[in-house]
Amino acid sequence: MERTQLIEELRRIVGPRGVVDDPHALMTYDADGCVMDTGDPQVVVLPTSTAQVSGVVQLAARYGIPVVPRGAGTGLSGGATAMFGGIVISTARMDKVLEVDTRNGRVLCQPGVINYELSQQLKPYGYQFAPDPSSQKACTVGGNIANNSGGPHCLKYGITASHVYGVEMVLADGSVIWSGDGSPAAPGYDLTGVITGSEGTIGLMTAAWLKITRLPEAVRVVLALFPDIAGASSAVSQVIASGLLPAALEIMDRLAIKAVNDMYKLGLPESAGAALLIEVDGVEDGLDELLHDVTGICLRNGAIEVRPARTLAEQNQVWAARKNAFGAMGRLSPTYYLVDTVVPRTRLPYTMEQVGRISREFDLPIANVFHAGDGNLHPIILFDRRNKSQNQRALEAATSVMHVSIEQGGVISGEHGIGVEKQDYMTLLFSTDDLAAMAGLHQSFDPHDLFNPGKVFPKGRGCGELAALRKAGVAWAELKSS
Amino acid sequence: MTIAEQQPASIPLIPFSGKDRPSSDIINTCVHCGLCLSSCPTYRETGLEMSSPRGRIYLMKAVDEGRIGLESEVFQEQMGQCLNCRACEAACPSGVQYGTILEASRVQLEHARADGKIKPAEQAPNSQLPTPDSRLPTPDSRLPARPLWQRALRGAVFGALFKDMRLFRAFSGSMALYQKSGAQWFARKSGILKLIGMADTETLLPPLSGDVTVPMGQIYPPGDGLLPTEPRYSVAILTGCIMSTAFSQVHEATIRVLQKNGCEVILPPDQTCCGALHTHGGDLDGGRDLARQNIAAFEGLGVDAIIVNAAGCGSTMKEYGHLLHDDPEWHERAEEFVRKVKDVHEFLAEIELNTADLGRLELSVTYQEPCHLAHAQRITAQPRTLLNAIPGLELREMPESSLCCGSAGVYNITQPEMAASLGSRKVGNALTTGAQVIATANPGCALQLAGELRRRGEDVQVRYIVELLDAAYAAK
Repeated sequence: MERTQLIEELRRIVGPRGVVDDPHALMTYDADGCVMDTGDPQVVVLPTSTAQVSGVVQLAARYGIPVVPRGAGTGLSGGATAMFGGIVISTARMDKVLEVDTRNGRVLCQPGVINYELSQQLKPYGYQFAPDPSSQKACTVGGNIANNSGGPHCLKYGITASHVYGVEMVLADGSVIWSGDGSPAAPGYDLTGVITGSEGTIGLMTAAWLKITRLPEAVRVVLALFPDIAGASSAVSQVIASGLLPAALEIMDRLAIKAVNDMYKLGLPESAGAALLIEVDGVEDGLDELLHDVTGICLRNGAIEVRPARTLAEQNQVWAARKNAFGAMGRLSPTYYLVDTVVPRTRLPYTMEQVGRISREFDLPIANVFHAGDGNLHPIILFDRRNKSQNQRALEAATSVMHVSIEQGGVISGEHGIGVEKQDYMTLLFSTDDLAAMAGLHQSFDPHDLFNPGKVFPKGRGCGELAALRKAGVAWAELKSS
Repeated sequence: MTIAEQQPASIPLIPFSGKDRPSSDIINTCVHCGLCLSSCPTYRETGLEMSSPRGRIYLMKAVDEGRIGLESEVFQEQMGQCLNCRACEAACPSGVQYGTILEASRVQLEHARADGKIKPAEQAPNSQLPTPDSRLPTPDSRLPARPLWQRALRGAVFGALFKDMRLFRAFSGSMALYQKSGAQWFARKSGILKLIGMADTETLLPPLSGDVTVPMGQIYPPGDGLLPTEPRYSVAILTGCIMSTAFSQVHEATIRVLQKNGCEVILPPDQTCCGALHTHGGDLDGGRDLARQNIAAFEGLGVDAIIVNAAGCGSTMKEYGHLLHDDPEWHERAEEFVRKVKDVHEFLAEIELNTADLGRLELSVTYQEPCHLAHAQRITAQPRTLLNAIPGLELREMPESSLCCGSAGVYNITQPEMAASLGSRKVGNALTTGAQVIATANPGCALQLAGELRRRGEDVQVRYIVELLDAAYAAK
């Protein structure tokens, strides 16, 4: 088929202004937040309704063209990148909150709604959407569901999967289903659970019923400063072991503090090797006692200072620094590789030591900003992409971090998804049988490998069954290059 | 199946060149995280990534690395479509100095156009840039062409009018005459404005008083003029271009408010336009001329502060140091000047506002944040502090208070469609508060808001914060 004909047909479905086909404009869609993997789509469409999405998917299915869903493109694993070209379906114009239903504790919204703005819109009702990824000011709830995103407050409130009641999804033949009726406990197969975290590989989400959470009556935020990251990690491990449940426990190490200290006017001393951000929330009564218990554990683990954020403005400042820490790495290095793994919290101190060792071994600085309370590490390997040796060492260092995490009984992704970035690490964690079961599930939703091909599953090396199951995606790549 | 790719025609790439080229270092500070997207007005309106800060930086990077050239239609359109509101700078964790590389990119484009290397964007073939059908009215997917009159206007305005304040005031006087004489009534009724493509621009013209502020070295003593008072501070005011003609009453209010706060206020002669329109529009050399003239006019006064009551002017003046960083004779003088530049709200909040003399104003007010106050100068708390200091005044926050209103200097003339769309969004947000007054602090915003309110027939007033303070002092 001629490209012009495809574009003509897409224009008929989404309108002339809903199609991007200029090659220079398409360049701006060649990567998400993960710039290590790039791929140009042939065309981007911006539908405004479920019917338009269905129309585009039917067209793509008829011609066998890959479809790649994309929200704000803030993902960190290449999930929204068109690795084999095709049609990128952007949800940027499906950004409406359709219904706030406080009596049933839920909200109906389109996938392109920005996470932070959803909470802002719920605020007058006294509610919030609890999962709060660090990119929440820009990322969309569609992307959150697709990646089963976490966030600092997921320690107490649970990750995205705990907040999705039902999803409307366009399937590979263009049909539209609801995975549940929007109530917390729908009978039958848990299709909502299947869709959450499926990274756009089994269909395209067009609406969702999400759980909303009461805003806490009171919030306290303190920063505990430690001479090194080991002390901070031990404190976190003990807080969890003692059964206390803060809303968030976040660690920033020396390099991360350096990146954000000036911009967010934190005024943290150079001597601080690690800062542990502690937030407790809930009813006013008992909150100070809880905080006292947590800070007590910090002091017993060598904290040199405990600084409360006394005003709302101070609290916001501390949080802004924490949540913008990844983006702030541009101040230290032109490129970074953000690794996302999880270890059991008791293994945090040892694992952090190992990350330090890996940094020395590969001679690259590694900053650490992470959801310590969840044991979710984010070593940020700093390097210059233009330097080949550094590039190679960064990849090897990342692989070492994965190995260490798995050795310690952890997993290879906490919240950023597998995408392209982690696909080859899947075999470290899952057996061939595990992966074949997943591939079988994928197959039943997307038999012709239409949605987001070349993601999540390993590229097929040494894994015959999977290779066969993902054949369609490879066939597409061959056609494209022929 | 496969999609047959069209081979792009082989065309020479026009690179960044000469002085004022966008800094590769700044471009490479962007790590492509995308946290800027939601802060960008044009991205919010279109949902298009090339219309986002990250996308625009990507395009600059592509030119910088020689993958595309200045002749790229998408590049030209995006550099023009950006409002330079700099909301992305405030959102950027890596501290990318976006305004600097945008302005430099515009200089590159203006030079290439002047050299005849590239055709003006309006003569280029259809770029197929989409805009959302549901939000913007016309079906044409092209960005609007820059008509001939705009190019003529650009030359006249940048080259002459704003560079000579006497000429500017004379022009403003003739516009006041136009409004008073009935010629405006005739022009509106006859449809002649539509014919020459100025209908939208015309509704933006502020009602002109005919009074103008001419800085001639006047000195206003502190206090209320009844008793001699020792000044707490000596300050000088930038009177500017539009502010000194269309908004003369705001200067008067500013002077009275400063007097009430123990300031001796000087209006130095020989000062001129701040140069914001020039620097934002790709005429950095024009901006530099004006900056030197202003520095010379203010530097010998020995004042404690140089007060600016227009957000756009304040942000431009605070960047004179950067503007003149390559000029050995002027750089240090510029830095010294910059240290004294204070936005009026910043200044009043710093010196402990005289609240004892504030009378009651029973008003509901919502605040529209000028981009060059909130984002470029990061002044967000002080205007609210001042409004909240007025007894009886109820401040009601509007949604998206810091999203650009679409005025952005000459933007509503060069990009009327996007400007109208953003203006409508802004006023819609303001009206949800039910406030009687929209407070702001910048002439472009004031005109944009008033124009949109007039179009809708809404009985809501637009006032500068200093006007409200002045009214409160008068009410005592």
